[in-house]
Amino acid sequence: MDKKDYKNVFVFAEQREGVIQPVAFELLGKARDLADVLGEKVVAMFLGYGIKNQAQTLIEMGADEVIVVDTPELKDYLSEQYSQAVYQIIDARKPSIVLYGATTIGRDMAPRLACRLRAGLTADCTKLEVKPAQEEGFMDLHSTRPAFGGNLMATIVCPNTRPQMSTVRPGVMQKRERDAARQGVVTDFAPNFDTSKFRVRLVETIKADKSVADISEAKILVSGGRGVHDKEGFNKLQALADQLGGQVASSRAMVDNGVMPHECQVGQTGKTVRPNLYIACGISGAIQHLAGMEESDLIVAINKDKFAPIFSVADLGIVGDLHKIVPMLTERLKKEMAE
Amino acid sequence: MDFSYSKTEQLFLQMIRSFAENEVKPLAAEVDEQERFPIETVEKMGKLGIMGIPVPKQYGGAGGTVQMYIMAVEELSRVCATTGVVLSAHTSLCMAPILEHGTEEQKMKYLPKLASGEWIGAFGLTEPNAGTDAAMQQTMAVDAGDHWVLNGSKIFITNASYANVFIVMAMTDKSKGTKGISAFIVERDMPGFSIGKKELKMGIRGSATCELIFENCIVPKENLLGQLGKGFSIAMKTLDGGRIGIASQALGIAQGAMDETVKYTKERKQFGKPIAKFQNTQFQMADLKTKVEAARLLVRSAAWKKDKGLPYSADAAMAKLFAAETAMEVTTKAVQFHGGYGYTREYPVERMMRDAKITEIYEGTSEVQRMVIAGHLFK
Amino acid sequence: MNIIVCLKQVPDTTEIKIDPVKGTLIREGVPSIMNPDDKGGLELALRMKDEFGAHVTVISMGPPQADVMLREAYAMGADRAILLSDRKFAGADTLATSYALSGLCRTLDYDLIIAGRQAIDGDTAQVGPELAEHLGLPQITYVADAKRLENGNLLVHKENEDSTQVLEVEGKCLLTVLASAFEPRYMSVAGIMEAYDKEVEVWSADKIDVEETKLGLAGSPTKVFQSFPKAMKAPGELHEVSEEEAVELIINKLKEKHII
Repeated sequence: MDKKDYKNVFVFAEQREGVIQPVAFELLGKARDLADVLGEKVVAMFLGYGIKNQAQTLIEMGADEVIVVDTPELKDYLSEQYSQAVYQIIDARKPSIVLYGATTIGRDMAPRLACRLRAGLTADCTKLEVKPAQEEGFMDLHSTRPAFGGNLMATIVCPNTRPQMSTVRPGVMQKRERDAARQGVVTDFAPNFDTSKFRVRLVETIKADKSVADISEAKILVSGGRGVHDKEGFNKLQALADQLGGQVASSRAMVDNGVMPHECQVGQTGKTVRPNLYIACGISGAIQHLAGMEESDLIVAINKDKFAPIFSVADLGIVGDLHKIVPMLTERLKKEMAE
Repeated sequence: MDFSYSKTEQLFLQMIRSFAENEVKPLAAEVDEQERFPIETVEKMGKLGIMGIPVPKQYGGAGGTVQMYIMAVEELSRVCATTGVVLSAHTSLCMAPILEHGTEEQKMKYLPKLASGEWIGAFGLTEPNAGTDAAMQQTMAVDAGDHWVLNGSKIFITNASYANVFIVMAMTDKSKGTKGISAFIVERDMPGFSIGKKELKMGIRGSATCELIFENCIVPKENLLGQLGKGFSIAMKTLDGGRIGIASQALGIAQGAMDETVKYTKERKQFGKPIAKFQNTQFQMADLKTKVEAARLLVRSAAWKKDKGLPYSADAAMAKLFAAETAMEVTTKAVQFHGGYGYTREYPVERMMRDAKITEIYEGTSEVQRMVIAGHLFK
Repeated sequence: MNIIVCLKQVPDTTEIKIDPVKGTLIREGVPSIMNPDDKGGLELALRMKDEFGAHVTVISMGPPQADVMLREAYAMGADRAILLSDRKFAGADTLATSYALSGLCRTLDYDLIIAGRQAIDGDTAQVGPELAEHLGLPQITYVADAKRLENGNLLVHKENEDSTQVLEVEGKCLLTVLASAFEPRYMSVAGIMEAYDKEVEVWSADKIDVEETKLGLAGSPTKVFQSFPKAMKAPGELHEVSEEEAVELIINKLKEKHII
């Protein structure tokens, strides 16, 4: 393998049921930054069935080229089918960097490809940079990710192998403003499938209960921890969230004890959120929780314990009883809004 | 001397601690509040082999040691003293005498079901007029040819309303005093046997403490446990073993109160700092910790002797005496450290203090323990 | 049916603290545990054993101290335990680790391999899929349920963010499972009594089917460039005031940031 042969930043543009996932746009945003530093191109790999008409969207979101694989075999995500197609693209086009969303699709496929390509892969990254490599004339991808339950950050490089691959945590990178004037190339790619390896069959897909809105998409979150005590306590948070047009989220403690559903959990084992406003009520702020919300634009924390770690990331910390303050705040907001 | 836990014991400790924390602790307040027997926990313990730890494998037990059994009682009692005594009474007071004094047939008939937790065991010695003076037994067993007929009653019987098998002491020959007492294995559904009123207690409120009533109760001949007239001796030996269990229960309660108090005093702030930072807290807690560790050594040493087949009667009495008094002292002070909150049911130390008291009373009061210890000392 | 379960011994990351002065991890006194997702995997294998009598082999790569975790697996009901332990494996990233494990798996007779979704120290979720690729097996990750069908195939539920895929897989395969879906059993007392009477086989690199250049640090394409404690953002304002004043402070802040 000659490192010089590998050029351009590739992004696996994930779609589900024909809907391009937000993480694809976030990756394009980041890939654009990296490619601009490298003086290379951003190429989106867009796989599915009946999706080709959306390729232009990826260009408008930052891609210079979109490689489209539009074939019935790829209608639903299946590890082997997708891995074969992406492998053949990478093998043919030799990118220097490949980015995937750290989703159940990206994290399923990327390690399989890393092994097939004998390439280095860094999981669940929260920061990506390109920096001059030790070897002259080369740039290395520096992928930074949390480890040890978010207690430690590690920066990983792959100095000797190409492509350099990373899965990137959804909700962390910034997507670009859509630019309808952007021009780019759409290339069709037809993989040769080895169907003898297709041994997993999709029987059915059961949609998750959509009554619980996705907290990672919310602009305003009112989140509760142990200090909220129970469902009744969460009703107070819900009233505040309703007033603000936001949603209710939860710490792990209140999910583990069954008060709140897992979909609402913020943190290392839950979701990473980045709302405009995060109101943390009765959350002490374990490092695993902070890892999932500290990038929020404005963090307000209410907690009885003035030594609670949540205050270390809060822009505004209130030492007090949420059970009194939250309802008063809701009432006050009602008046404000009425005016 | 090796004070460390063996590898097997370490693995066992990991299991029982996690079981106590995840399965037993969440129920402790409810079991106390509702005076409810934790039957679901007993079923889980049965499946895991906890109900038959020191019973040999050929009788359906786990083939463990007394040391492991008392570790279990301690860890369970650390979070729920009720669950601790359920296991202790079942193991020490019912399975142990069958194992030590039973015939092969009796062992094969009763131990597998007891060790698997399918059956729960209990022990009946105490009567309204035979408490500390256990020799004053008034329950009578009369030889009716092909069976025994029991008449009388027993009180304060742990596990009674859920137990299937009872070790019962009764007079077979009043003229012989303690030598006229014999032990019987009584099954729950034997004719003429019934469970009387349930006691409302200060602590260990989930353990089902009831009266046993024998009205012309028919017990088969083969259910005599040990030799005729050896009942008192069997009862005393059984209580020697039982005391190690109760000592572990007391130790567990004390340890649980220590855990809660360390946690609370680190969190609770007064005069601008955690109360754990005050020397008064530190010195008192240091003394309590020392006593808890001393109690643990006494308990473990008694269990070690029992495992080795060495005499342990005085050791068990000393362990129980010291552990029970330590539990009472630690829990009382734990409530004090918690202040007003400690007196409420919001914190478990309130329950622990109520639970601790019984360890100074049952299976021989502290006064009885002193009599036993002195008896060995001045013999 | 022969099942291999991959286990990793990990520090209990919920017990790890940061030295406030030096900013380094305090690992002292942090207990080592069986990785939770892997324990879920072992539970799935043991349920299959309960149901139709599978033979369960647990394997791990790590230092000799991992012995205690394999004893735990025995006490839970595993039938055979192999620890891959050799200095040649030191410094392995996920690719080199999965390669070594594949060499071990190749020497064993198996129908199914189960791994945890990810380990709580690394959180990569890569070893499972990479192991499957090395062995040329189909994989299903994020498994929340798995049942054997009458035709011998497995019917598997894969949990995605927004849906559950029900998948049928034919022949040998590798599953990576979620701890939350398989609440592990406790060790039984009888199992504990026997755990140290059984043998934990310790295998070195030359006992497995591998090329040495692909092991350990040399066989790892990824290198740790640096590691550092997470940068803490500068703390904001903290107020200990009456409830009325607190509400006032929050309202003003929301106005200042144009949220209301």
